[in-house]
Amino acid sequence: MKVLEIRNLEKSFEGVRVLEGISLSVEKGEILSIIGPSGSGKSTLLRCAVGLETPDRGEISFSGRFGMVFQQFNLFPHWNVLRNVTDALIRVRKRDRQEALGEGRALLKRIGLGDKEAAYPCQLSGGQQQRVAIARALALNPDILFFDEPTSALDPELTQEVLKVIRSLKELRIAMVIVTHEIDFARDVSDRIIFMAEGRIQEEGKPLEVLQSKNERMRAFLNRL
Amino acid sequence: MSVIQIIEELWSSFGVTLNIFLVTLLLSLPLGLLVALGRMAKNPLLRGFTGAYISIMRGTPLMLQLIVVYFGPYYLFGLSFGTSYRMTAIYIAFVINYAAYFAEIYRSGIQSMPKGQYEAAKLLGYSGRQTFAYIILPQVIKRILPSVTNEVITLVKDTAFAFTLSVMEMFTKAKALAAGQTSILPLFIAGAFYYIFNYAVAFAFEYAEKKLDYYQ
Repeated sequence: MKVLEIRNLEKSFEGVRVLEGISLSVEKGEILSIIGPSGSGKSTLLRCAVGLETPDRGEISFSGRFGMVFQQFNLFPHWNVLRNVTDALIRVRKRDRQEALGEGRALLKRIGLGDKEAAYPCQLSGGQQQRVAIARALALNPDILFFDEPTSALDPELTQEVLKVIRSLKELRIAMVIVTHEIDFARDVSDRIIFMAEGRIQEEGKPLEVLQSKNERMRAFLNRL
Repeated sequence: MSVIQIIEELWSSFGVTLNIFLVTLLLSLPLGLLVALGRMAKNPLLRGFTGAYISIMRGTPLMLQLIVVYFGPYYLFGLSFGTSYRMTAIYIAFVINYAAYFAEIYRSGIQSMPKGQYEAAKLLGYSGRQTFAYIILPQVIKRILPSVTNEVITLVKDTAFAFTLSVMEMFTKAKALAAGQTSILPLFIAGAFYYIFNYAVAFAFEYAEKKLDYYQ
């Protein structure tokens, strides 16, 4: 069953084509990584998919709920960790407060921050903040979760703890679309990889197929890393 | 007239000063927020109107605005509200003047908020109103508090402009005493009143700033 289907997506910014005829679909529970050089349109594709940008043309259809994890975390700094994770559950989804707090605590435990529920985002490391952002997205029980370069704003030593948490979500059978520059991670965790350049999907397939493809742009991209 | 008597005299009219201050503060802070929202609205008419309003309020003297609000209804429309209108005119002029300044402070605060806060809120399902009320505004208040403090301290001193309409607030009284006594002492004592008042205001706002210091 497909949780996301995108057909013929086109997007330009001030006359510059950023996305050209992008079509893709994501199956339930599937993990799809999108790699490619900066400016290839990966983030724009994600932002169009979740409705933060309006595409010029094309169709996007979801079956089920989606959530997003941002490069800059975008936690709410005036709320403590537990409220960051549970407020939308209580205020938007109108769930019972105690129940929601219980679920929030369980999620924090899951990402290894069970003892930080009362901390404020500014008291956490970047890696911890990103893990809270992941818990916040998970709290709303998404069928598909988008990650927009989730470790690009982190120091290398903090990157691993975040990748570890993302890996551990595999068992939840939530579909994930991950825009990333962490090629090793993408190879290990993904069911499928898409390589984008110049606003188009250049290669798509099983991780090893894509990473070993003879596509010139692909080779040039990997060599530069 | 002894110093004690002067203090008693000034104290008796300090209530009017305090009234002008409190009414202006309590009404212009929320009105300023509405004006700021109008200034940033999608509707160009609303934007233009609030823009012109802010520009006029900031570009002309408060003293002139007091006179226009008080005498305007009579000279423009032949309306007469009697002398009881005097205090109301003071409140109106102060509130619309200060709302304009506060509006610009709110606007700068709101526009300084990172886009990511709105985007995260949108994806979590918060409505526009919820996002503003629970996520944006609390952070804006923290950001603008130092500028608001400045403005409020100015307001304490600006209450003296009420003498323009001969309202017996503290400064009017001090001037009258000084003239009657041919002494500058009442004005000095009035100055001390303003200073102490502002000291308390600054203290209260510093306390609020500290209270909001729990996050960055």
